[in-house]
Amino acid sequence: MSIQARFRLERGDFTLDVELQIPGKGVTALFGRSGSGKTTILRCLAGLERIEDARLQFNGDLWQDATFFLPVHQRPLGYVFQEASLFPHLNARNNLLYGFKRIPAGERRVKLDDVVTLLGLETLLDRYPDALSGGQRQRVAIGRALLTSPQLLLMDEPMASLDVASKGEILPYLERLRDELSIPVVYVSHSIEEVARLADHMVLLEAGRALAQGPLQTLLTRTDLPLAHSEQASAVIEGTVAVHHAPDHLTELAFAGGSLLISHQERAVGTPLRARILARDVSVALTRPDASSVLNALQVRISDISDDPQPGHVILTLDAGGQTLLARISLRSCRQLALAKGQTVWAMVKGVAVT
Amino acid sequence: MPISLSPQDTMALWVTFKLAVISTTILLVLCAPAAWWLAHTRWRGKVVVEALVTLPLVLPPTVLGFYLLLLLGPRGWVGGTLESMGFNHLAFSFTGLVIGSMIYSLPFVMQPLTNAFQATGTRVLEVAATLRASPLDRFFTIVAPLARRGFLTAAVLSFAHTLGEFGVIIMVGGNIPGQTQVASIAIYDHVEAMDYQSAHALALILVILSFSLLLAVYGLNRKFKVVGVGS
Repeated sequence: MSIQARFRLERGDFTLDVELQIPGKGVTALFGRSGSGKTTILRCLAGLERIEDARLQFNGDLWQDATFFLPVHQRPLGYVFQEASLFPHLNARNNLLYGFKRIPAGERRVKLDDVVTLLGLETLLDRYPDALSGGQRQRVAIGRALLTSPQLLLMDEPMASLDVASKGEILPYLERLRDELSIPVVYVSHSIEEVARLADHMVLLEAGRALAQGPLQTLLTRTDLPLAHSEQASAVIEGTVAVHHAPDHLTELAFAGGSLLISHQERAVGTPLRARILARDVSVALTRPDASSVLNALQVRISDISDDPQPGHVILTLDAGGQTLLARISLRSCRQLALAKGQTVWAMVKGVAVT
Repeated sequence: MPISLSPQDTMALWVTFKLAVISTTILLVLCAPAAWWLAHTRWRGKVVVEALVTLPLVLPPTVLGFYLLLLLGPRGWVGGTLESMGFNHLAFSFTGLVIGSMIYSLPFVMQPLTNAFQATGTRVLEVAATLRASPLDRFFTIVAPLARRGFLTAAVLSFAHTLGEFGVIIMVGGNIPGQTQVASIAIYDHVEAMDYQSAHALALILVILSFSLLLAVYGLNRKFKVVGVGS
């Protein structure tokens, strides 16, 4: 674990009490509703907020304990704020270089050209912040953080202040970052779609406490946690692009539990790809459904059946070759099909969102 | 009308100029941290500080000068202490004038600086900190450039205000030619003595000087305008 942290804080009627272990690789999402303490935790990690009862270690280095506090500007991290907060008196190039100039030359692993290419900033460099769109500003802000060659990247809902179009513009860049960065990223979000697309790990927060932390796929499908019972309950399947069926405009995604047909993806065969499947888009059948318009049917084993807060429904936890799917079906169907734990059934997947 | 100044009037102009430069410089240095604190503190007693800082703006200069005279004079708290330590008291001295002008011009420096710092906000500084900038580095590379119009306004107001100072100076400084006699008092003296010719010369110089100063400042302000930032 690269980050080990404990934060305790009482402020008015808000109490924060968390112990976190964040892995040294991949994107960890701090997920929860507003007021759950996500941003406070991120600010504590950065040192922007200094609370008394705290202990924080990064890669074995002590950043904070009862008697010691490493100031923000001495921590090797990058921070992307909710609003881009570019320096208004500097153009995009000088914004990008602000942090770069302040680290020793020998530690500059990320170069201006790398960031410009990665984030598509070629035409923006000479512009001042007030001549950039929201999405462009946020891209510059991300690049500015990356140019300090951080060992840890902290992102506080970097898309929250953007409109839908700008979000769509930023997301692919964030995915590239996830795939190309070798440093841990802690990402605050209250959008489960975003988390499902970007995160590998997740810390589930509620009212200042960590309900659970662990791999994304596990937490999404754990029926003892609220996520699996929400309207947006879903599972993420990780596979690789197996083959393109050009005439049908489909791409086949292969994983240990079978394969899924999804709308055509501009990705080379062999690239890893994630698919998100909502519990409400999965139904089950006892025999292989041959006469159906549903494209995807997977043979799965029922590993659990649990009550759903939605009256008259149950949540099935389905094992598909080691990966987990959720299905929300009616109680009546469950009874009529006499579904039971351990039984093998066919899962019919009506919708797959590619992430 | 040819402008000719007596050596005493030239001296008075020089004292005025020296006084304005020195008190403005000291004020800017002292007020920058104070205004920063005032702009960002959440302390409840802040209103008292704000009221105190603004007080010189509403008080008659003679009231201000009167108290300063008492305070800085040989029997005053400050003057007396200095005397007992073997120094001179500060009434009727140039140092006394500087202290007087600083208090007199305090609100004109604090107000623009506080406003500028409030407009700057703390977010840009947090960003700079995450980009490895130390506190001093943040002040010079972020706060100062973003608040430069505030600094400029403060400097000009303080300078111009000191040029026209009369009441405080006549109370604290007396009217000693070459030491504490400033242009505004010299003009008053000339008028008293019915020497309109000399009063005209000095007054006209002050008008031209002040106008050129303001002209330069407004010109600079345009050039200094930071894209996307209000003052």
